[in-house]
Order: sequence, then structure tokens, then C-alpha cells
Amino acid sequence: MPIDRPLAVGKFEFRSRLIVGTGKYASFEETKKAIEASGADCVTVAVRRVNILDRSQENLLDYIDPKVYKILPNTAGCYTAEEAVRTARLARSAGISDMVKLEVIGDPRTLFPDNEALLEATRILVKEGFTVLPYTIDDPIMAKKLQDAGAAVVMPLAAPIGSGLGIRNPYNIRIILETISIPVIVDAGVGTASDAAIAMELGCDGVLMNTAIAGAENPIQMAEAMNYAVRAGRLAYLAGRIPKKLYAQASSPIEGMIE
Amino acid sequence: MHVIVNGTEQEVPSGSNISQLLDRLKVQSERVAVEVNLKIVHRRQYSQVSLNDGDQIEIIGFVGGGGSCR
Repeated sequence: MPIDRPLAVGKFEFRSRLIVGTGKYASFEETKKAIEASGADCVTVAVRRVNILDRSQENLLDYIDPKVYKILPNTAGCYTAEEAVRTARLARSAGISDMVKLEVIGDPRTLFPDNEALLEATRILVKEGFTVLPYTIDDPIMAKKLQDAGAAVVMPLAAPIGSGLGIRNPYNIRIILETISIPVIVDAGVGTASDAAIAMELGCDGVLMNTAIAGAENPIQMAEAMNYAVRAGRLAYLAGRIPKKLYAQASSPIEGMIE
Repeated sequence: MHVIVNGTEQEVPSGSNISQLLDRLKVQSERVAVEVNLKIVHRRQYSQVSLNDGDQIEIIGFVGGGGSCR
């Protein structure tokens, strides 16, 4: 693999450009193996009440060592700026990370973000010193506003969370890339390896996914596929693809043909 | 006295502090965060903050997750 600069997220540096979720796996053992296969060094986790009635349950962090992986707590399931800010503050006070994958959801059917509330929560958390990674709609205007609010990166969706539809509007992603200077990480909607490769070929700085891996028939195999796809897409982007042309262009010389 | 922990009522000895509550619930203080009546209490203060009857306490930790849920 030729030398590539690491992905800079605020004050943090990620070796891998693939960030993975930890939900929907059959077991913690499978979670751990899939994350290893993905090559990711940053994983996102949800913030939830500890089950105080049944203490026999194992802890995710016994399998995902915070000394090895950068832990990115998320505000999944929050529908207001207040809820998201509260969740982020609680997550930080657990003492593992001051990063937050900020989600403020506007609608349960699409899980699309509430732009206004997302921006408000971003401003508050940036002011409090968080490294904010907001999950946003694929809108360049919104991306610019989030950058101006101090977000460390912008994470536009490829398609609705868990839909597996791939990048539905690559042109918007391209415009976002031209509009802002902070890293762009596609978050949500990736279905298979080619979707991740396309995101990276467009010039995105990273891809975040959960369901595409955890929901695959063989999650560990899919994690490995995503590992290759993100690296392949990144390399292809750095290498610079050929322009698309309508007609053929011979790649063998005409001279020396047998007559 | 009674306090509400993660939405369920718990009986604790009067004057208990957060450290004692966590011990009682067998929750290791590492990797969790605690909120009392919507105010975050930092780990180093667990043994100093006494609980009062009727306090609403949230103990949160990290679980598997990626994006939003309904």
C-alpha cells in the first residue's frame, strides 16, 4: 500500500478510513472479529442505560478495548438538540472519548436528521470542547453550516440508515466535497463493497457503516470486503481515473499487425 | 429511602453516596457515567455526593450501535 496520510478528525488521526458500528451483531465475539477484519481503528457505540437488574450481561468494551480502538459514542435515537447534547455530555463523562457522532433525528421512518436541531447541538457541543462528527443530509449548504459551526468533519448520508441503497446522489456528495475543507465521511446507506469504493473514488475522506457489515450473511467476510473496498476506492481516487469516453480507444498498437 | 435508578425504584440506606449505590448495584464505575437529577456527577465525586430520597439517577454505559434507532 503506498503511503497515504492518515484521516485527521479534529485532534485525532485514524489509520483506517473505514469507521464501523458495533450494533446488530449476533454476539460480542462476532462484533470483535468483524471489526478486526474491517481494519478499522475507530468504532462507534451507542449510549444507553446500564441494565441494573441483570448484571450477568457482558460489556461491549470487554471485547472492544478502548486502549486499542478509538471509541466514537453516538447520539443515535435522539430527536431533539437537548437530548443529543445530554447524551453527548454523559458519554464524555464516562471518560473514554470526547468525540461524538452527533445524530438528531427528525423522523422515525426515514431517520433523516433534523437540520436545525443538528446545527444547534453542534454549536453547543463545539463550544464545550467536543470533537463533533455530525450525521447530516447530503446537502452542501448544511455541510457548510456545520463546518462554520466548528464540526470536525461532516458525515452526509449515502442513503437512509440501514437501507443499503448505496450513494443515491453522488453529485451532491461531489458538491459537498468542493464546498467544504474539513473531511467528508459518508455515513449510512452503504449496502455492499462497491458502494464504499464509489464513496472513496468520489474523493470522500472516509466511510462509516454498520448494517452493511453486521447484516450480511457472513459479517466477518463482508467486513474484510469493506476493508479492501475502502482502500481500493481511496487508491483509485489518489491514482486519478481515466476520463470517460463515448467511443473505443485501442490499447494495442496498430503497427506490426500481421498482414 | 427510595431513589429512581434508570427508571426503576431502588431502596438504598439513607445517606448513601453514588459509590455505595454503584457497589450495591454491582456496577463498576469504570466506563459508566452517572447523572443525578439531570446533573452529571464526575467519577472523582462519586464518594462525595450523597443521595436524597426521590433522586432520579441515570447510569449509562456503551452498547453496540451504529446509526439511529426508532
